[in-house]
Amino acid sequence: MREAAVVSEPNPLQRIPGVAIVLVLLIALFSVIAPGFLSVANLSNVLVQSTILTMLALPMTLIIMTEGLDLSMGAVLTLTSLCVAIVSLATKSMLLGLGAGLLVGAAFGVANGWLVAILGIPPFVATLGTLGMAQGLSLIVSDGQSVVGIPHSVRDIYSATLLGIPVPIVMALVTYAAFHGLLYHTRFGTYIFALGGNREALRYAGLSPNRLLIAVYAIGGAMAGIAGLLMTARMNSGHPTAGLGLEFDAIAAVAVGGTSFERGNGWLLGTLLGVLSVGVLRNGLNLISLPSSVQVASVGVLVIVALFLDGLRSRA
Amino acid sequence: MTDITKETMMPPRSFLSQDAIQVFYRLLAALLICAVLAVLSDSFLSLGNILNVLRQASLTFFIASGLTLVVLTAGLDLSVGANVALSACIAGTVIHKTGSPALGILTGLACGGIVGLLNGIMVTALRIPSFIATYGMLWVLNGLTYWYMAGETLHGFPAGFRQIGSGYLFGLPIPVYLLLVFLGIGTLFAQRTIWGQEIYAIGANPVAARLSGIPVARRLLLVYAVSGTMAGLASIIFLSRLNSAEADIGESLTLPAIAAVLIGGTSLFGGVGTVFGTFIGALILTLVLNGMNLLSVSANWQPLVTGIIVILAVWLDMKTRRRAQ
Repeated sequence: MREAAVVSEPNPLQRIPGVAIVLVLLIALFSVIAPGFLSVANLSNVLVQSTILTMLALPMTLIIMTEGLDLSMGAVLTLTSLCVAIVSLATKSMLLGLGAGLLVGAAFGVANGWLVAILGIPPFVATLGTLGMAQGLSLIVSDGQSVVGIPHSVRDIYSATLLGIPVPIVMALVTYAAFHGLLYHTRFGTYIFALGGNREALRYAGLSPNRLLIAVYAIGGAMAGIAGLLMTARMNSGHPTAGLGLEFDAIAAVAVGGTSFERGNGWLLGTLLGVLSVGVLRNGLNLISLPSSVQVASVGVLVIVALFLDGLRSRA
Repeated sequence: MTDITKETMMPPRSFLSQDAIQVFYRLLAALLICAVLAVLSDSFLSLGNILNVLRQASLTFFIASGLTLVVLTAGLDLSVGANVALSACIAGTVIHKTGSPALGILTGLACGGIVGLLNGIMVTALRIPSFIATYGMLWVLNGLTYWYMAGETLHGFPAGFRQIGSGYLFGLPIPVYLLLVFLGIGTLFAQRTIWGQEIYAIGANPVAARLSGIPVARRLLLVYAVSGTMAGLASIIFLSRLNSAEADIGESLTLPAIAAVLIGGTSLFGGVGTVFGTFIGALILTLVLNGMNLLSVSANWQPLVTGIIVILAVWLDMKTRRRAQ
């Protein structure tokens, strides 16, 4: 299996159907059964609400491409969101808050990468352990309470607009552009494909797969830090359970988007469409007043179906 | 996977002596923790606290014992905690509606077993990697439970039913007797039956297991169904001990169960480990958490410590294994 040639360029024609059909079907379904779904206000709402998920799902794509997984992302986002809230509350500075969130997120990312690459612990258990740690630290730093009264400069990030476009969407687009450039137009991106497809080749080329792997997980942690800022801005507070489970939506987006869990090839645009699919699914179910519990279960079913199809395709 | 070649050519029986040494180390560790806690805290050695530790450990053990079999096949079941929550809520509803604890117990066990079977089908028939399949199941179950309960709490069950979780027999809590029974059944099943040995063989080398005629898919289905049923059993004990059921009772159960399995020396890579080891693992974890409680460390620290323990346990396991080769 591992001997298969490194996939350097994705073949979009082969994959566009899957995730695009899912998205179109979901949009068509909810346009019919959910009143108000197609309104401009609601659609822009879907986009803005998908921004935090975009920031998690893009690095998750890279991590899954290395045949890894990061279950700690939601808990780390919760912790960084609290750090943003606490530091910006104490210093009245949004940038210092963001810096704290980035630092804590990246530290967790490096720790994940270290556990996976250097100690060789299977990713899903290593990141399950750090999930517990991040969750515990969130409870400890917040004492289980919400952090309220954060400065306006933080809150305004979520509601401000740039050239008429909401700032969160601008941030998500910039993030997508950065990841696209990184994966498809830099040497580092090629190495990421090799990490999942052919790790030996990296060693023969004189590179350290371990260091690259740590970098990939560190990017994931840092992105959780930036997403933490958006989360705090959105809720106008820090909350010790705010982001728990978000990693599941991210994994769902990646799985629906056609990135394979076993063969180390990924597709960023697919992940973006996957994020929108999850966003549309949740929003639509919300509009027909199904509770969030049903949304969670539906996303779970979506993942299992996507993985099943992925398995079928890999055998075909 | 590249790890199918190591230490797998030996017949499973020869693991036992190696396992015995590993279990012995862990017993020593448990005793050491006891000694430290006895010095640090006056109330640790009180009868009430020791019984409390045993009862707490038995709850973790019920979930972890089924999980041990899954991990022995180099799989993982991340849905156990969510399974406990759903089974408890459904069993609780049945008891409320029918007034019959027996019917409730059966429903709880069946619910857990069916969820486990579904996990097994995803892993065998759909060939989804177990950790991601059961992770998806976790969220499906979570969603179902919250939707089904709609924020309600089931409260108040018949006194006879409550005895299961909170009653005593000859001075020992009833869950402790159940623990001994399932420890015995689990150990006998894993070490002394052909099915048990086949489970070890599948974890050690799935290809060789299939080539030697072991019905791998059917054994895997069995293992996941057992894990689910044990989660169902744990849900009954929880229900009768708490005397109430809420949608969120499962959230803090999965990580400790996995921790118990890993501390107990069962390898994540399959084929190595014992149910008795898992019992010691559950005991060690419970002692640590109990100790923190006695030393008045806030409960907020528990996920952090459990997370660190999980990582340490896997790391130690890999280190000893590497040295053994």
